Amino acid sequence: MTSHSSDDNKKTASSNTALIEKSLARRYRAEKRFQLYGLMAIAFGLLCVAVLFIDIIGKGHGAFRQTYIELEITYDSDVLGLSDVTDAQQIRLADFPALVKQALRSRHGDVTGRKGKRELNALVSSSAAYELQDRLAANPGLLGSTEKLWLPADDDIDTYFKSLRKSGGAFVGRTSERQQAWLQALQESDEIRLQFNWNFFTSGDSREPEQAGIGGAAMGSLLTLILTFLLSFPVGVAAAVYLEEFAPKNRWTDFIEVNINNLAAVPSIIFGLLGLAILINFFNVPRSIPVIGGLVLTLMTLPTIIISSRAAIKSVPPSIREAAIGIGASPMQVVLQHVLPLAMPGMLTGAIIGMAQALGETAPLLMIGMVAFIVDIPGGFTDPATVLPVQIFLWADSPERAFVEKTSAAIMVLLAFLISMNTVAAVLRKRLERRW
Amino acid sequence: MITKSNFFTAASLALALVATSSHSVAAARDYISIVGSSTVYPFATVVAERFGRSTGGATPKVESTGSGGGMKLFCAGVGTQHADITNASRRIKKSEFEKCQANGVKDVVEVLIGFDGIVLANSNKTKRMNLTRKDIFLALAKEVPAKGSEKLVPNPYKTWQDVNPALPATKIEVLGPPPTSGTRDAFAELALEGGCKAFGWIKAIKKQDKSEYKRICHTIREDGAYIEAGENDNLIVQKLNANPKALGVFGFSFLDQNSDKVHGSLIEGVGPTFESIADKSYPVSRPLYFYVKKAHVGVVPGIEGYLAEFVSEKAWGTEGYLAEKGMIPLPDDSRAEFGDNVKGLKAMTGTEALH
Repeated sequence: MTSHSSDDNKKTASSNTALIEKSLARRYRAEKRFQLYGLMAIAFGLLCVAVLFIDIIGKGHGAFRQTYIELEITYDSDVLGLSDVTDAQQIRLADFPALVKQALRSRHGDVTGRKGKRELNALVSSSAAYELQDRLAANPGLLGSTEKLWLPADDDIDTYFKSLRKSGGAFVGRTSERQQAWLQALQESDEIRLQFNWNFFTSGDSREPEQAGIGGAAMGSLLTLILTFLLSFPVGVAAAVYLEEFAPKNRWTDFIEVNINNLAAVPSIIFGLLGLAILINFFNVPRSIPVIGGLVLTLMTLPTIIISSRAAIKSVPPSIREAAIGIGASPMQVVLQHVLPLAMPGMLTGAIIGMAQALGETAPLLMIGMVAFIVDIPGGFTDPATVLPVQIFLWADSPERAFVEKTSAAIMVLLAFLISMNTVAAVLRKRLERRW
Repeated sequence: MITKSNFFTAASLALALVATSSHSVAAARDYISIVGSSTVYPFATVVAERFGRSTGGATPKVESTGSGGGMKLFCAGVGTQHADITNASRRIKKSEFEKCQANGVKDVVEVLIGFDGIVLANSNKTKRMNLTRKDIFLALAKEVPAKGSEKLVPNPYKTWQDVNPALPATKIEVLGPPPTSGTRDAFAELALEGGCKAFGWIKAIKKQDKSEYKRICHTIREDGAYIEAGENDNLIVQKLNANPKALGVFGFSFLDQNSDKVHGSLIEGVGPTFESIADKSYPVSRPLYFYVKKAHVGVVPGIEGYLAEFVSEKAWGTEGYLAEKGMIPLPDDSRAEFGDNVKGLKAMTGTEALH
């Protein structure tokens, strides 16, 4: 009986083995295919990112360099119409553009006629005159002297000069043949070159592409985000602590939880409309300032912070709480001295991800007047300001050709900020998070 | 305990900050607030920037809200929480003027600043089109007169050749702005209506039923021949480059900046150039305006200075920097007239022929 059954077993076992062996190759193949699908999905994602980056960097890298023209400037008090160089009022009214015009004329002396003079003056950016003004105001001793200076070229010249190096042939655009000849001469005598464009990082917006920078927008983003963080983090954490540690489980808390999760999925423009209807129209908060931007973005990031903070608090093991209570800590002491410090890395990670989200947001700001042309760099929470993504949006819509590369360059800066914020979040999580 | 006190200070600090700041700013504003048309935006911003640079004071804030949105903000009332100046790529409407009056915005100074041409352009890779306004109407209107009769039929035309035998046999494909855009309104009014009027019997409808006339002349077809390409004119230029058979509708300054990629179609034999728009021989051009709230002059610092900068010869003159940016300047006598209006802050009387 026994031998029979064992024989039987052997028989089924060997037939099973045969069966398994037969299907093994197919199952390995299926396994490989399955993994391949995953790999393909990742490769597709990476390809998209690579195409995006190559496109943006290819278009935008030019904006980090700017064409400069060397000119010999003579600070002639007659040309300037200036008698007292220490008088700020006189410096402000002095005719600095005439200095630039004079320098250009002495370099290319053969120009006659109104049109020719206009073309010649159009070589150099209108910001050159302001630069000279600042130099003379800072150093009155320059009056009457002559110095060689590298001054920024106009955006049409800049676009043309940069396109000379490209393979597709030069983009003539709005430059005239005469201007091209002048540039040719300047190039032969090394009086025109590309320099690193510091201006792009330090100055505010401008309608002249060669003067436009992201300094103002970056400052606006910083002010708005500081306010968003100061408002949303304490409120979010307080809400999460109460809901997780103290709130009774009943229909009301379920209702609140559903609503918080819902809010996290509401399109951001709705928060903008809310800001317009309640904060601006009812509470008379002024438009276009970081305060209103921060308030609206706070509403938007609160659900994200509450949800991630609750998850972080939940991940603190109950044994910690029980041990603390066991040695006589009050529930408040348990939360403040044990649970919160242990949950803090997780909560901060959530907050940083929420902030990164807020940094890239434009839609709600459209409604509250932060999509605006603002030249002055905001110095406080109540100065009119705009933010980085809005700056990108505004430049993308500008007719001037030179703004195309500025747009891509601003996108690169925004991406750099986002990547570094997300990296900080990842490092924080890795470094500080305890495993139980 | 540290964490706890941190929370409270941070929270109370932030709240206090918001409370005080909103108070102090609502009371006074030391910068000019400008809203309105996205077409005037590139010009108003240049003036704002130059004005800020030359005075050393605060640079005006310019928002691009569209002509209609700007009027709404402008006419909302008097007080520093409301805008001081609104730009428009059309004249103020009667209903908007009345709303202004009803909300206490009594004295409004109107300034005509120049013109903008609307072009119908295609890629440099294909031949320049030579169209008439009638061709444009027949190609793009939703309903067109049936051949040889006085009846309207849904637009049957598929190719430009169907419209006019002299035109190439390419599919009608026009990329243009959506209905929310002022450019679209102006295009419908100037190009489509201009062609629509060529039919005597449709023109006769205007006297009997104005809204019916407007419906016939201004409604653009929705069967795919006219493609709404968003408000971004740069995007339209890019799409034209990729699709040489299509035409695009956008403002003259974008044509000016992208002359290596696209060229403007001739309309009634005239190409869109700086000169042809200025002397009005190019038929599809529109006026650009801005409106000033007189009650704010002297309250918000700098408005007089901004106005003076805008109407100075170096800005809006025939060789001024606005012309450099693509705005078509006014003739000399109109510049003198509106310049005087600005200097005397002459308000609108309400008897102007507004629509």
